Amino acid sequence: MKPAPFEYCRPETLDEAVGLLAEFGDEALVMAGGLSLGALLNMRMVRPEAVIDINSLSVLDAIEMVGDEVRTGALARQADALASPICGVALPLLIAGLGHVGHYQTRSRGTLCGSVAHADPSAETALCLATLGGDVELTSTRGVRRMPVGEFILGALATAREGDEMVTALYWPGAIPGMRVAFEEISERHGDFAIVAAAAWAAPLESGWRYGFGLGGVEDKPLALRGDIVPVVESTEQAVGEVFDAIALNLSPMSDQRASADYRRHLAEHLGKQVLQSVFEGVAT
Amino acid sequence: MGDSAEDWVGGAVPRLEDAALLSGNARFIDDLSPLPGIRHVALLRSPYPHARIREIDTRAALELPGVIGILTGSDIAELTDPLVSAVRAPVAYYPIAVDKVRYAGEPVALVAAEDRYIAEDATELIACDFEPLPAVVDPLAALSKEAPILHEAADGNLIHEREFTYGDPATAFSRAAEVIKLGWRYPRQSSTPMETYGAIAHYETAPDRYSVWSNFQGPFILQPLMARALRILGNQLRLISAPYSGGSFGIKQGLYPYLVLLAAASRLLGCPLKWTEDRLEHLSGSSSASDRADAIEAAFDDEGQLIGLRYDNCVNVGAYVRAPEPASVYRMHAASNGCYKVRDIGVWNRLVTTNKTPIGLNRGYGGPQFYFGLERAMDTAARRMEIDPAELRRRNFISGDTFPYEAPAGAIYDSGDYAKGLDLLLEIAGYEDLKICRDQARASGRAFGIGFGAGVEPSGSNMAYVTLAQTPEERAKAGGRSGGTAVANVTIDPTGAVTVRLDSTPAGQGHETVAAQVVADTLGMRPEQIRVVSALDTEGGNWSLASGNYANRFASIVVGAIAESAGRIASKLRAVAGDMLEVAMEDVELADGRARIVGVPDSGIAIGRVAAATHWHPAGLPDGMSPGLHETALLNPDVLNAPDGADRVASAVTFGFLCDLAAVEIERETGRVLIHRYASVHDVGRVLNPIIVEGQIRGGFAHGFGAAMFEELSYDDDGNFLSGTFADYLCPTSADLPALDFAHSRTDSPANPLGSKGMGDGSSMLTPVVMANAVADALGRDDVELPLTLNKVWQMANEGSET
Repeated sequence: MKPAPFEYCRPETLDEAVGLLAEFGDEALVMAGGLSLGALLNMRMVRPEAVIDINSLSVLDAIEMVGDEVRTGALARQADALASPICGVALPLLIAGLGHVGHYQTRSRGTLCGSVAHADPSAETALCLATLGGDVELTSTRGVRRMPVGEFILGALATAREGDEMVTALYWPGAIPGMRVAFEEISERHGDFAIVAAAAWAAPLESGWRYGFGLGGVEDKPLALRGDIVPVVESTEQAVGEVFDAIALNLSPMSDQRASADYRRHLAEHLGKQVLQSVFEGVAT
Repeated sequence: MGDSAEDWVGGAVPRLEDAALLSGNARFIDDLSPLPGIRHVALLRSPYPHARIREIDTRAALELPGVIGILTGSDIAELTDPLVSAVRAPVAYYPIAVDKVRYAGEPVALVAAEDRYIAEDATELIACDFEPLPAVVDPLAALSKEAPILHEAADGNLIHEREFTYGDPATAFSRAAEVIKLGWRYPRQSSTPMETYGAIAHYETAPDRYSVWSNFQGPFILQPLMARALRILGNQLRLISAPYSGGSFGIKQGLYPYLVLLAAASRLLGCPLKWTEDRLEHLSGSSSASDRADAIEAAFDDEGQLIGLRYDNCVNVGAYVRAPEPASVYRMHAASNGCYKVRDIGVWNRLVTTNKTPIGLNRGYGGPQFYFGLERAMDTAARRMEIDPAELRRRNFISGDTFPYEAPAGAIYDSGDYAKGLDLLLEIAGYEDLKICRDQARASGRAFGIGFGAGVEPSGSNMAYVTLAQTPEERAKAGGRSGGTAVANVTIDPTGAVTVRLDSTPAGQGHETVAAQVVADTLGMRPEQIRVVSALDTEGGNWSLASGNYANRFASIVVGAIAESAGRIASKLRAVAGDMLEVAMEDVELADGRARIVGVPDSGIAIGRVAAATHWHPAGLPDGMSPGLHETALLNPDVLNAPDGADRVASAVTFGFLCDLAAVEIERETGRVLIHRYASVHDVGRVLNPIIVEGQIRGGFAHGFGAAMFEELSYDDDGNFLSGTFADYLCPTSADLPALDFAHSRTDSPANPLGSKGMGDGSSMLTPVVMANAVADALGRDDVELPLTLNKVWQMANEGSET
């Protein structure tokens, strides 16, 4: 359980970091919290030529409001988000989701960006970001670009990041007035990756509701849907049913050692409707 | 502080071990560097569950800078003989694959290098030409005629079979009013200690000898086995324990083949070698508890009396029989009646080789598998016969006035009052209220269940119980076997300082603290004044075949040897002090650090001065008294006889008792098992230290709960191992454990002078079946198997019952 040889780089500036990425390209991996990467290295499941440790880039640890959005930098830890007044006010869904991420000890290392960049299909952070409709910021020597998380995550452990790019921030749409959120998941143990996780938010419009709904752990990447419901629906139950069906009609759940596709499908419906019910009820008048 | 105002024993003495542990000063095997020039070992392990080794090409690996040498099975086989066990089948077990690999994870080549990184790099450069063979991992499938055979020299995969009859089970079953028949698979599990295996081996010439530092936990009956494998005498193999061991739970027994491998490799490569097992190796290759395909039949009369039992135990030993196997199926054998009066019992044991890791000691050793059958049968019978499961057990308990009780298969239960323990359980669990909760929950369609379990906890093993694997004729031919000797040594040095040397190789259980309490009481001192050395060095001679850390041996046998050796020191101190004070020794007592005249608190001499006199001035001692203060007690409990001609054996010294209750509700939508109550009552005899006993109960419960809910070393049908990391093999964290309510129901043991019984295994033995019983009750079905994972429980809760 020792990694294969690699070059260890600890850049002092962002320019230096992306310069290293430009130099090594696909042969380098970026380390922030190291919770997933450390295990992959030790098991020799990845064999990078270089590991670029970004922990000296303190410029990346900011959590800040940028207009209506919250920008969380590449070194913002899960624990930082949980302790951040900005996240507490503007990102209640993330706060709810982070309660399910690992344990106190791991959250002090694990980063929000690292989780999204790793793209585990059942990770809570990416699910929250997708449900809210947030973006991923990628930086390289070629410049900075932003893309929606739904386009960024391509599948299990696969993303649209180019070899010379690093994830430098996430952009989270801030809470809107009257917003309700709900997050539920089922995992074998507390803190494990979810077998299925469901996230939802809703806020009242002048007429009807704006909502977001997402499912994690069901397919190879988070599934999310956002939209408006105008009040032609008769009841909360009908709204729940319509939104859920919009995602669920074509679900093709994964099956693995932990959970069968049938069980995942059932949990998706049970938890999905539970979170939708919770948020729609809360904003119904 | 303790049981009486003067006693340390029984008191909540804080653990003497903890200062070093909590301050980072405890030294474990991986911290040690006892010699210069140590090289580091990595093992190349088989990716195949079953394959013939055609060729191993190490040339490229040997060229890697920093590589010292590479050895394969044929190198080791030239220098060693196979490791033997009590099973006589022709199953040659070398610590590294010789001609074939028989489980995924079996060592294939050993690389020694300047550091572990290079050694691992080199393993990747070794080219192994394997010819994959069909694999079999299920014990029943392995018995079929078509199954691939692991050991060609053996006639199939059934490598041991014995049938036992006690009393007259045939008649009992013929007159039964109700017969419960259950069959199930018990999953393969591990106790997963925090610290993995580690060893440093060094071969010296002139004279030829091996020194091996490690966290091996015993039993030291394996030391002569290792010497035999290395083709040397016992005094040429010195085993040295690391000062601290980071948990063991039995698993570090399975380290011994690696000690042989490393010792032989050190000789062949001419340098000291160090190997620290990593977690991937540990989960795939170290040792696991046996998975089994078992069945039970339990016969009851119309009053609910259990009148007959038949066990069908089919044990998956994995690829090889590694001593002390087949002990896992014989540990509970002499107590096959559990805590019940039943005397007509049949037992059919089969051991099967398959392409899984060899099995060995894991916490509870054989107990979880045994109680899963017996206690599932009791709860099933209670439901079938509409008798309250607590009441059914009460009717069948061995009566409190019949101890010591000779069980039908030979165990001598030392003491107990099981009905009193059950009463206490029902009280602390609030059973009457729980039944109301269950009625109310069921009335509204919810799945609420209550599960019970009760059993004895054998402690302090008879080394001979494993010879039940042989027929009485085979045993007679092999020569007598019996006993479970403990060795303890107490000295007081010329400065008056007390040192105790233990043979119990603790792995965190707090033996040092309890030993200090016992000696402090005997010598009239304070526990913190007693230095306890628990790191065993076989060269010191302070050990026996039974030495080691297993089967709750410490509080059942070892404490007796400590008390005995300390008592001899105390007698000598009193004799010398009496001489100095010019009173009879009977008039001298040891208290508050002084030898004083009984009833005169201000009299007497400091113990240190009395002790010093025995060293500095032997000529001044009373006539005939030997100099110094060195006492070694070798204590073998009288009860531990050889198995008799009817296959009865007193398998252990003390038999604790425990009974548990779990109340659960199952969320049908998710399969989640919500635990409303878990209560457990223990009879551990006299509680030597309540802090330590509580820790053992909670730890045993955590292991048992993990086994019940999460843990399984999984293989696919082709023999590929699927649980290679802690992301796959799920152990409970503290966040996953329900509250545990426990209480003591004490009956002192007559088996040692302290009145204590061994403990620590009990909860790990019983919790799995208690959780299964609760889920079975909630779902009203008999076919519940472990682990109770979400998907499995959801499926059971939402499909037709198979009751």
